[in-house]
Amino acid sequence: MKKFLSHRLVWPIAALVALIAVNTISRPSFLSITVQNGQLYGSLIDILRNSAPLMLVALGMTLVIATRGIDLSVGAIMAVSGAVALTIIEASPAPGNLGVVMIAIAAAVGSALLLGVWNGFLVSVLGIQPIIATLVLMLAGRGVALLITKGFITTINSDPYQFMAQGYVLGLPFAFYVSIAAVIVVGIVERRTALGMLTEAVGINPEASRLAGVRSRGIIWGAYIASGTLAGMAGILYSSNIMAADANAAGLYIELDAILAVVLGGTSLAGGKFSLAGTVVGVFTIQTLKSTITFLGVPPAVSPVFMAAAVLIVVLLQSRRFRAFFQTAGRSALRPLTRRPDAKVLS
Amino acid sequence: MATLTAERGPVAPTTYRRFLSRHVSWIPVFAAIAILLIMIAGSMAYFPNFQLPRILSSILLDNAYLLVLAVGMTFVILTGGIDLSVGAVMAFTGILCASLLSQGVPVAVAVPAMILIGATIGLLIGVLVQFFDVQPFIASLIGMFLARGLAFVVSLQSIKVDNEGLLWLQSTRFSFAGWYITPTGIIALLTVALAAFVLRFTRFGRTVYAVGGNEQSARLMGLPVVRTKLSVYVISGVCAGLAGIVLTAYSGAGYPLNGVGTELDTIAAVVIGGTLLTGGSGFVLGSMIGVFVYGLIRTIISFSGAEQSWTRITVGALLLVFVVVQRIIVSRSALSK
Repeated sequence: MKKFLSHRLVWPIAALVALIAVNTISRPSFLSITVQNGQLYGSLIDILRNSAPLMLVALGMTLVIATRGIDLSVGAIMAVSGAVALTIIEASPAPGNLGVVMIAIAAAVGSALLLGVWNGFLVSVLGIQPIIATLVLMLAGRGVALLITKGFITTINSDPYQFMAQGYVLGLPFAFYVSIAAVIVVGIVERRTALGMLTEAVGINPEASRLAGVRSRGIIWGAYIASGTLAGMAGILYSSNIMAADANAAGLYIELDAILAVVLGGTSLAGGKFSLAGTVVGVFTIQTLKSTITFLGVPPAVSPVFMAAAVLIVVLLQSRRFRAFFQTAGRSALRPLTRRPDAKVLS
Repeated sequence: MATLTAERGPVAPTTYRRFLSRHVSWIPVFAAIAILLIMIAGSMAYFPNFQLPRILSSILLDNAYLLVLAVGMTFVILTGGIDLSVGAVMAFTGILCASLLSQGVPVAVAVPAMILIGATIGLLIGVLVQFFDVQPFIASLIGMFLARGLAFVVSLQSIKVDNEGLLWLQSTRFSFAGWYITPTGIIALLTVALAAFVLRFTRFGRTVYAVGGNEQSARLMGLPVVRTKLSVYVISGVCAGLAGIVLTAYSGAGYPLNGVGTELDTIAAVVIGGTLLTGGSGFVLGSMIGVFVYGLIRTIISFSGAEQSWTRITVGALLLVFVVVQRIIVSRSALSK
């Protein structure tokens, strides 16, 4: 079992290490970390800090994908959560008050939780396909966020709120602690209790697990609630980073990045077995890739091409036929696999 | 119908039920048509200057590209797949077309080239889905990233089109008693007609339904499952390439950020038009109704002066209603078996 687990994480970690190596060779300052005013600075620290929203979203996505689902609405939920928090803070007489900020965050995460409940209801009770059930909220959510901010980009000045994404504790960014805390909490809940195993059972075979007495409805519902709540927290980090609620840009395409991080981490989109550690590695890989692309001077707009290439390589490596082709090719070039020309075109 | 029921008594319900059971896949389409008619009637009553021929003509004009995309998406969804790349492919072919034309490439070369590019990206997605067992969602995501990035490689800014041949598609108007149509609209309608014919009357079309209904059964029946599933992604790519040309002609320029989120609008229109996302059931004509419902929602919202953010909310809500209705129909027909 241990051997299997290590095997599963070998490739994701290798990809991350390779990316870091490429970065270090092309700019030696990549690994250097400087200390200013007791705070750590450097590219690696930036990656830790900037990956926090994606980490939260990807954790929730891992749980949803493990139940054979998918949650497309996370970006929209981020937008709603940021809009709720900033509208409350902006409307209050004392935006710098810690109590106001706490209430705003609670309200924002609470509304995100409700949206997660809604998604879970559609999927687990009404039995609607996850892609389409969450597509509803993906379409409508940003509209709702725009209504909350009345079509404007709400901006605020609030030190406690700014601290969420930009503050430092013990030399490290506060956002990093938030994401690590989320990883630990989800890890304990899923792996130190039977919940993780039951989630995998539901994902591998919903019917069999139902016959075995697993209450799949509650487990699937719970996964969407967790995903919504984590997306709400990510929305707070995002809006705190720019101190504005931008209903159109907040969390745009983050659902794709999150799904990518989960897949990179070795969790199959077909559901079942999931790896939280793999997701963590996947998130860091994507964030490092993004920072690499920026560093290489590629216009950010063109970066999707690199993302496409990266995903293509990963899914091909995960594909059985692709592996089989290479193994066969290694053993004997005389025994071609069926439909080999197609495989050749792509490789 | 009311008199019929009164005269025949118990017979009518069985006829009604038999009609329903035979045309169960048409029910969502009828529901979409009903909603469209109700919306039209409501807005004609509510807005005094709502002239039906003009409004419907302009909806077709404004959403010609969406209609073309919806046709391709219908093929993919009928086989149980999904294609998220259409919006990005449309943007890529649109900007590339504008760029080529501005460099003096003739339309007769540029337009077929765009359709070929769309088909190539579709083929890539199809090969990934079919030969490498990549989920359609992820495979088309790769196509989407690729096309969107390539669109920005072509140009970061919008490129204006001054080629008369392409602009002719948009500027010419054939009017008839208040109705009007442009060549882009005709292209869209022809695409619908061709697709409806292919799906209904050709061997390939019936295979698409068979694969979507039950892939394993289709394979055991000896139907060319692999070829069919590859073809639907190529068709969707071709439609996306065509939509890029239509959109470039419509807006008179190519822009790399065109069509962000269009894949979702397309899926929404197809689902509202009564195509089941599980595959095997649905009609291109339904998708056309779905596009018109979508366009009418936009028109009504701009008529009433409300914020455009309501469009997305309304489309989302409508999508939900339709999905729930479909869900009920599917579970009913599963029970009756």
